[in-house]
Amino acid sequence: MSDTLLDPHRIVITGVGLTAPNGNSLSEFRESLLAGRSGVVDYETRYMGPVLAGVCDFDEFRYQKRKDRRRGTRAGSISIYCANEAVNDSGLDWENVRRDRVGVYLGITEHGNVETENEIYEISQFDYDTTCWSHHHNPRTVANNPAGEVTLNLQITGPHLTLGAACAAGNAGFIQAVQMLRLNEVDIAIAGGVSESIHTFGIFASFASQGALAQHEDPTKACRPFDKERCGIVVAEGGGICTLERLPDAIARGARIYGEILGYAMNSDASDFVLPNASRQAECIRLALSRANLQPQDIDIVSSHATATEQGDIEESRALASVFNEHPAVAINNTKSFIGHAMGAAGALELLGNVPAFDDRMAHATINLDHPDPCCALPQIVANEPRSLERAECILNNSFGMLGINSVLIVRKFPAEHGGLYN
Amino acid sequence: MAPPEIRQVVLDILERIAPDEDLTDLDDSVAFRDQMELDSMDFLDIVMELRKQYRVQIPEDEYENLITMDSTVDYLTPKLADVPAGV
Repeated sequence: MSDTLLDPHRIVITGVGLTAPNGNSLSEFRESLLAGRSGVVDYETRYMGPVLAGVCDFDEFRYQKRKDRRRGTRAGSISIYCANEAVNDSGLDWENVRRDRVGVYLGITEHGNVETENEIYEISQFDYDTTCWSHHHNPRTVANNPAGEVTLNLQITGPHLTLGAACAAGNAGFIQAVQMLRLNEVDIAIAGGVSESIHTFGIFASFASQGALAQHEDPTKACRPFDKERCGIVVAEGGGICTLERLPDAIARGARIYGEILGYAMNSDASDFVLPNASRQAECIRLALSRANLQPQDIDIVSSHATATEQGDIEESRALASVFNEHPAVAINNTKSFIGHAMGAAGALELLGNVPAFDDRMAHATINLDHPDPCCALPQIVANEPRSLERAECILNNSFGMLGINSVLIVRKFPAEHGGLYN
Repeated sequence: MAPPEIRQVVLDILERIAPDEDLTDLDDSVAFRDQMELDSMDFLDIVMELRKQYRVQIPEDEYENLITMDSTVDYLTPKLADVPAGV
């Protein structure tokens, strides 16, 4: 075995579990993305009435008792489903895995709003008698809840954390996992991002007040990143969770390796509460490329973050143009056009939906791109139909969020077919 | 509400807070905890449901009355005497 294959700082993805509004497994999700199948539907919210949302329909009770579901949260339930799917998919001999050497790192955009809103509604039915406020409220709303529920369910005694990183959170979960594995804090990381946001009316109402909530007579056409007729954000729920391991450990047990996390970066705009910043985004992309020892032309697919807001789409387009302008072969796509914005899960789902490209060399499309916005006119965008690629070895995944938080993750096929330092 | 109705109220609450349990053969004279997976948070759920549904306030030092179905029904009977069945 070559020295590089024994390098414990090389971290690989060995199992995938997910639920998205258009698929409850990687294969279902991928099939929907290649077929152009949307997961956005009409949805009723408390107080606001009808809105549009990306809604998941995974089986909550496949891995969780009804009592535990009742006691916990939707984010916890999503996490438990995805974590179990990932562990099963990984082929790990879970019964004999040292649970004190497993860490759980889940990115979240927000947590606790759903439960707080529910409790306030509940006590409103009792003249705001606070003695009717649930004793379950605190364990449901502590910020570590989704990751903590996974440890209870899978009997994991190693560390668990959620990472609050707005809509950059999915990548942040993976990055934390990489760091903890490299530090030898854990042997296996269960990591990614989750979101239950469609169950709080507040997120819809706030985007509506901001003039940024999508409305469309056809839900499947509502999310239109990079399109001149964009109408704003579609809120979605979901989860994307992986098992990650050090490469030598994965090879030693003969694991299937989905890809290697070759580089990452996070930075901050320090410029605005909500408006993005193309310069900082471009810096984040370049830092990730530099850490991966890659050039822009080494990237085959860019999974964009664009949320279908004017400012967001244009700023990211500027950032991508500044890095990839001279590289026409790169395929730029967008998953939100299919499922809406899955918030804390967005980064994870958007990466994972692209990972099968390592095998099928297809870049899924950005749907609903009927009238490209001239301000976002990147020639590399894969519009409306999937694109067959000459090479599909490296994916760069953008995830950006409010308060100016940026994250970029680069994943490479393993083993790579085109040589390089790390083969 | 008479004891049989009160028993049904308690049974309905138990079914909601412990939906994985089969309560068909619940023994009314045996402690709930000895025949079901119930912890302190579950007992607080029983107290909360009675408070919400019937405005019954149960002080903490009287929680010990909720050990068995028999003791629970005995304890609740005077408190729910004026509540019509089916409310």
